[in-house]
Amino acid sequence: MAAGTVPQQAPNLREPKGWRRTKNRIATALMVLAFILVIIPLGFVLYTVVARGASIISWQFLTGSPIPPNTLPASIGGMWPAVLGTLTITGLATLMAVPLGILGAVYLNEYGGKNWLATLIGFMSDVMTGVPSIVMGLFIFSIWVLHFGYSGLAGAFALGCLMLPIVIRSTYEMLRLVPNSLREGSYALGATKARVTVTVVLPAAIGGIVSGALLAVARAAGETAPLLFTILTVTAANPNVFSGANTSLPSQIFSNASQPYVGAQDRGWGAALTLIAICFILMIAARVVTARFTRYSR
Amino acid sequence: MEQPEQKIATQTELPKPAALQEPRPSAAAVSDTPGATVFDSKNVSIYYSSFRAVTDVSLSIYENEITAFIGPSGCGKTTVLRTLNRMNDLIPGARVEGDVHYRGESLYATGVSPISVRRRIGMVFQKPNPFPKSIYDNVAYGPRINGIRNKGKLDEIVEKSLRGAALWDEVKNRLNKSGLGLSGGQAQRLCIARTLAVEPDVVLMDEPCSALDPIATGAIEDLMHEIKSRYTIVIVTHNMQQATRVSDRTAFYSVLRDEKSDTRTGVLVEYGRTEQIFNDPQDERTKAYVTGRMG
Repeated sequence: MAAGTVPQQAPNLREPKGWRRTKNRIATALMVLAFILVIIPLGFVLYTVVARGASIISWQFLTGSPIPPNTLPASIGGMWPAVLGTLTITGLATLMAVPLGILGAVYLNEYGGKNWLATLIGFMSDVMTGVPSIVMGLFIFSIWVLHFGYSGLAGAFALGCLMLPIVIRSTYEMLRLVPNSLREGSYALGATKARVTVTVVLPAAIGGIVSGALLAVARAAGETAPLLFTILTVTAANPNVFSGANTSLPSQIFSNASQPYVGAQDRGWGAALTLIAICFILMIAARVVTARFTRYSR
Repeated sequence: MEQPEQKIATQTELPKPAALQEPRPSAAAVSDTPGATVFDSKNVSIYYSSFRAVTDVSLSIYENEITAFIGPSGCGKTTVLRTLNRMNDLIPGARVEGDVHYRGESLYATGVSPISVRRRIGMVFQKPNPFPKSIYDNVAYGPRINGIRNKGKLDEIVEKSLRGAALWDEVKNRLNKSGLGLSGGQAQRLCIARTLAVEPDVVLMDEPCSALDPIATGAIEDLMHEIKSRYTIVIVTHNMQQATRVSDRTAFYSVLRDEKSDTRTGVLVEYGRTEQIFNDPQDERTKAYVTGRMG
């Protein structure tokens, strides 16, 4: 090649002009717009709840009991019965749904494969995701509450039914992402299937599994409909989650916010902010715990 | 992460094959008269559902030798390798016809546990696959499966295995760091260390260097030479130079195409000492492959 005989033209490395550049800019603008549209309602909800609820929140509001009658101002009494109810009922539902859901997903992905039982369970679990939450409440009402009465336990059953398919689906997707090469590496050392699952597959997926479980917990903690028929809505604290009518933050938001009295409405806003704060703290705590488990994953 | 204790104490007392108890003379000393037969495959055909991937493979693999499987892509060398420790069991629809004997015992007889088979016959994979655990826990994984809990004993095994895989000096100061932070060559040596930690009788290697650069490849090949006095090694490789560098015996596989049904299946074309396969191949197909005219 006779280099140097032909004068070299400087390569044009600048962004091409014309339609291609215009398309790129339009797409970028649309993405920014979509992001702003998503952020507006989210920010507005948060702003409203904080603006209306922050002044109500006090130690007295969080720990005071019982919840006073609707006509009284928010400075009297407190939300403790609802905070306690939400923590115990959601906690109990989590204890029921999360282990069961994870085990179910392990069966679906690691053991069942494509057999008819796994296919059926997977399908039913997907159908369950679409069942309206109030139907879950009615279901527990008819098979449990009619025989044993209102209780936090009944509420936990309803919330558990709601959480179960979410936990199964999210865990299943996480287990599917674990590369097969890890399983083979473990099998090649003479591990049994149970060993492979417990010591390699689950630890490799734990971050995503916890995220999915948290999503389910947050969803359950904010549900009102399944609790209407299962715990009733009382105003006195009931520390016994296994028996007697109970209450919860979403139930209190519903019953207070629909009142014409200012005190009750204030209590509703306060309860809403409390609920958001509880979910937020839970998320952070779970992230910290998961970080410990996943410290070798990167 | 610590795992709950499992009750498998009975399996800690696995009787070791004779080969592990006494150091053996190096393979060079027994080059012309092969050592004991470790594997004896007879008329092995392997199916994936209805597809016959490999047809009628018969060969014997000898103790303290490195046996290389070479051949073009899709000829079934990896598939044959995976019959030797029943890894094919993990693939749905995979089925083996014929028989593979390991030290006189049929691997596919009823009652044979693939778990017990794999504790004796380890495997290193094409892509390094360290667990998302610390370097220490990666190596200690196998011994822990076998019920070893004693910290001192585990420390000893981890150091010995990492030294055996020529990795100790590079990682001794970061044993509690993630195994995923290692370079490709280091990660593959970690996987070899993990395999050596359970003191297997045989190490199967499925293209262990295909993802590595020449320097890391050299390190692994040196390692194979060092450990072959204690283990029997079977390696699948795409690299013919690698086969000539490391192996005592070479098996050449090829693809047989049936014109009538337009189906393909892998066959063992020629098996013999590596010098013979490369310098004096008896089959035209082998000759074409090793001289670079095909594949």
